[in-house]
Amino acid sequence: MSTPEIMVNDSELVEPPVVHADRRHSEWVMMLREAWRMRRTKIGVGICVFMVALAVIGPWVAPYSPTQFVAPPFSPPDIPKMWLGSDYIGHDVLTRVLYGGRTVILLALAATVIGLVLGVTLGLITGYARRWIDESIMRLLDVVLAFPQIVLALLFVSILGPRLWLIVLIVGIGHAPRIARVARAATLEVSQRDFVRAAEAFGIARYKILFNEIMPSITSPLLVEFGLRLTYSIGIIAALSYLGFGMQPPAADWGLMINENQIGVIIQPWPVVVPVLLIGILTIGTNLVADGLGRALIGIERDTGVG
Amino acid sequence: MMRDATPRPESDAVLKVEGLRIVLDPSGVDIDDDVSLVIRRGEVLGLVGESASGKTTVGTSLLDYQRRGAKIAEGRVEIDGQDILAMDPKALRGVRGGQISYVPQDSSAALNPALRIGTQLMEILEIHGFGSSQTDREARLAQMMAEVLLPSDKQFLRRYPHQLSGGQQQRVAIAMAFANRPKVIVLDEPTTALDVTTQAHVLDTVRELTRSYGVAALYITHDLAVVSNLADRIAVMYAGKVVEIGTRDELFDDGHHPYTRKLLASIPDITGERALRGIPGWAPRPGQRPSGCSFTPRCSWATEKCSQEYPPVEQVSPGHQVRCWRQREVGAQSSVLEADSGERKIIETAAEDKQIISVRDVIAFYQHKETLHDITTSVAEGHCLSLVGESGSGKTTLARCISGLHPHKIVGDIEFNGKALARDARDRSRATRQAIQYIFQSPYSSLNPRKTIGQILLQPLKVFFDLSRDEMEDRMVKVLEQVALDSSLLSRYPDQLSGGERQRVAIARGLAAQPTVLICDEITSWLDVSVQAAIIELLAQLQRDMRLSMLFVTHNLALVRSISQEVAVMNDGRIVEYGLVDAVLEDPQADYTKKLLSDTPTV
Amino acid sequence: MPPLLKLILIRIGLGVLTLFLVSVVVFAATQALPGDTARAILGREAADKARYEALRKQLGLDKPMTQQYLSWLGGVVKGDLGNSLAQDEPVTSLIGRRVANTFTLVLIAALLSIPISLFLGSFTALRRDTKFDVTVTIGSLSLAALPEFVIGIILLLVFGAQVFHVLPAVSTVDPDVPILQQLNMFVLPAITLTLAVAPYITRILRASTIEVLESEYVMMARLKGLPERLVLNRHALPNALAPALQVTALNLAWLAGGVVVVESVFNFPGIGSLLVDSVKNRDMPMVQAIVLIIAAVYVIANLTADILTILVSPRLRTGLR
Repeated sequence: MSTPEIMVNDSELVEPPVVHADRRHSEWVMMLREAWRMRRTKIGVGICVFMVALAVIGPWVAPYSPTQFVAPPFSPPDIPKMWLGSDYIGHDVLTRVLYGGRTVILLALAATVIGLVLGVTLGLITGYARRWIDESIMRLLDVVLAFPQIVLALLFVSILGPRLWLIVLIVGIGHAPRIARVARAATLEVSQRDFVRAAEAFGIARYKILFNEIMPSITSPLLVEFGLRLTYSIGIIAALSYLGFGMQPPAADWGLMINENQIGVIIQPWPVVVPVLLIGILTIGTNLVADGLGRALIGIERDTGVG
Repeated sequence: MMRDATPRPESDAVLKVEGLRIVLDPSGVDIDDDVSLVIRRGEVLGLVGESASGKTTVGTSLLDYQRRGAKIAEGRVEIDGQDILAMDPKALRGVRGGQISYVPQDSSAALNPALRIGTQLMEILEIHGFGSSQTDREARLAQMMAEVLLPSDKQFLRRYPHQLSGGQQQRVAIAMAFANRPKVIVLDEPTTALDVTTQAHVLDTVRELTRSYGVAALYITHDLAVVSNLADRIAVMYAGKVVEIGTRDELFDDGHHPYTRKLLASIPDITGERALRGIPGWAPRPGQRPSGCSFTPRCSWATEKCSQEYPPVEQVSPGHQVRCWRQREVGAQSSVLEADSGERKIIETAAEDKQIISVRDVIAFYQHKETLHDITTSVAEGHCLSLVGESGSGKTTLARCISGLHPHKIVGDIEFNGKALARDARDRSRATRQAIQYIFQSPYSSLNPRKTIGQILLQPLKVFFDLSRDEMEDRMVKVLEQVALDSSLLSRYPDQLSGGERQRVAIARGLAAQPTVLICDEITSWLDVSVQAAIIELLAQLQRDMRLSMLFVTHNLALVRSISQEVAVMNDGRIVEYGLVDAVLEDPQADYTKKLLSDTPTV
Repeated sequence: MPPLLKLILIRIGLGVLTLFLVSVVVFAATQALPGDTARAILGREAADKARYEALRKQLGLDKPMTQQYLSWLGGVVKGDLGNSLAQDEPVTSLIGRRVANTFTLVLIAALLSIPISLFLGSFTALRRDTKFDVTVTIGSLSLAALPEFVIGIILLLVFGAQVFHVLPAVSTVDPDVPILQQLNMFVLPAITLTLAVAPYITRILRASTIEVLESEYVMMARLKGLPERLVLNRHALPNALAPALQVTALNLAWLAGGVVVVESVFNFPGIGSLLVDSVKNRDMPMVQAIVLIIAAVYVIANLTADILTILVSPRLRTGLR
């Protein structure tokens, strides 16, 4: 019904907006600032920064080489020579821990970016194109969605072997339809709004409208989605490594370490415990940031009447 | 309809509100302050206010309820001497729905979508222990439904809310409210979402029932025309305070507050004798209210004192109170409905002016259904044609067809300047797209929230003209001037502007293309009455200065005379009547037009 | 035809279409890509051209793709999933037991997670912003972030190995002893799955309950004077559950994929760990079969979620006005 609703802005119960009359930034800057106000975001960002630092600086400060034999297998910690003891072959656990984060983080980032690029493109197109294009693309995406992401990865690994590029690609492709759904929903909602109609009335080309009018309005929910997907990427890629389909021995990788050393966990728990905790803390970090962004977005939209 | 003008003794009072103060939670910012009202048995008090006035929050406070985010900070609400706000929860539950009940604004949201209406109706009887048996309650239920002119058979009661029309849903809400013959009823804009005909029926029902049961009613609304026919007394709220209160006649004929008078001057006049006068500026939201009297920035009577201290309550006559430092002088002016407003200044037009837009035998479809049937009409050059109708009448569809925004099949001829127009705006020449500009209904949806006003205005300039950066800047400033906005707005974002300002920007965007025809699609429906008046003033002036041709789509028949020369009345996808505005409104031929006229509330 | 039935049939039709396309993808991936099955079986002996060609002919690999696909599909429908390369026995006989184990595991996890989430989700919404709510929310956020194998390993470390030697770290289910007597093998994997899934369901339920509590019709119920208990039980919770139902079904569908890693952590004899082994061994018929089963379960679970949503909404049930 197109009945006029008088005074939709009569939101007496909404707190006065945070926006200052003269200085005001673009929406996602506001979202970032708002997210930063929350303690959980600060903790999350702190964790992520620490992890990235660990991955980057780790190898520089490691006492040994990751493939160097330093003691008999499963030797207990011996401070200050071997802070965390040795692993199932005799390498220094601390060294391998310092080297082991890079792959996971890099691969997860790459997979998420691939998924984001693919997913957003598909989402924008299906959200704004004609019905039949939308329907056919969504049906195809449904097929990808029919597989749990890890099962999809395993399927292709069984055929092509455990290649790192393959894992990144498949995990990214697995993300794409899920991101596309979010992007599509956002695009659909935005394209109903009158300012898109106004641009169409001016006769502006559809692809220009898609990029200039619609896309800027969907960046905020996509930023949140990126954070969530990154968390999942880390989980899946670490799991694949744990199962033996990621980095191969003797490379240092947290997931692989857990697998290799699980057998001796009763006598020497550190080569299992430390990587497990690090992976766990990393994912908690990314998730806290994603959650902080998500809540900030809801807050901003409520205050500015946008969304 | 009788209106009792003699003030009745306070002892008759059923509801007494004293010093009510409601604040935002947790910031403590005032929404409403120092609200005091008295309502007597069988009396209807209209609580009138525009956006940010705080009137809606007052409504639920009378039942000691506030949504999350607000709380009642101070005050007393007495029903027959008992203070509701001081009651314990158990007693309060007995009072709610029993002694005082509530009719919500939007029943489609206020009725539980997952419960049958019979259950929801029966609930209120069961909870308050009506009758001694199920049979008793069923009988009462049947009576309730009959009172609101709804069937009470089992089949109907088994329906879910979404299976009822808007009007029926609202009647169910009214039936629930009167079920236990309460002493007080709070009605929160119950007819806002309804079309004019249904609204008239619902108002009749409310009037009947409050009279027969001697209920004290608080009728919250923004629509002065509605309240002038329904209320015995009226209280006007602005920015959280009651600024004037008195009988209906006292306020309409002898208002002592500048806001009251200005508000009356902005009510659309269906007789067309009075020009609409808007109030510049907009109402401040909680937390942004200036010190002293909140109305000062917009008040033509304001003095130094007004911005320093909030005026106390002063008595004009028994029962008529006002809060204004200069109320005596304001009151000394003669009736606002005659003097404050100027003469309607509609431009001179001639019947022989050529037709700039012509529509012949047009049939429009929505997917496979016909929504417009055999439409033939035209807009003369320099004239304004109003398209009037209720929701679903097809007026917006027709406007969209003309501007090329109707993406479905259209049959028939639509011509601009004698040349046929392509169906889709994108298939039209740049010159045509430039000449016909469309202004959308919602100012909250028609401006891209991620762009600054400058970027928004840049769009038509870039598409239609070949200008240098400086030339475009110049044009933008000029076009903002035309809509009475300051150029400092260019760097602002839409959410930093009020609804009225946003709509002016939308109009400016249209004007930037230097069009010949302006199509306005219900552009004031989402605005306060006073802001609406200002926009209409603006449009009329633009039409005069630029000799624009206009198509003005609206559901409000009363607006038509203030802006247009011709009017086409639409119903069910057809034009039922067309002619000069004066002719159609004074001597309507079609039955539908006559009905519409009689159902439209006037002052 | 009533619109409701039509809606459901369309959904089912789409589901079948998706399953069909899934089978094409699985087939194409395993048969049509390089990594020839015959070569894999023969290994080094594939150099012998004659034997290689003979095996190809025997496996039907020399026929055109579409024909291969159709005969394969026909086999699947009849229940013939081919023979495992690793053990040279029919796939169906090898996975039967495992499917039962995994099914039991998933069932237990579902039975655990749903009541817990229901309780936590609605309670935190009702006691919003209290210490209880904040604690549960932080807990959910953290658990939701952790990959399921991390949860599994932590549980393993705490209960199975280091702290308490209560539960077995490695589950070897004895095929000859009835399942019910070996329930302690299920405990750790089931708890892991529950902890992995419950946070999501809890959060959705909480959000949905909050939305309902702030709705107009709940306000109206209170203004009618209804006691809070009635407001919650009759007006609020039923409406909060409806949208949560779909998400719950979706999350439970996720379990179909979650078992893969969790079973491997605990060496639980289900199809998840079998899939991992088969991938390692390049046992293509096995991989095909298991992936197909998991994808089918996933699709059906999603379909059920969609249909439930339709059934639960009166608006869609009675057809739009």
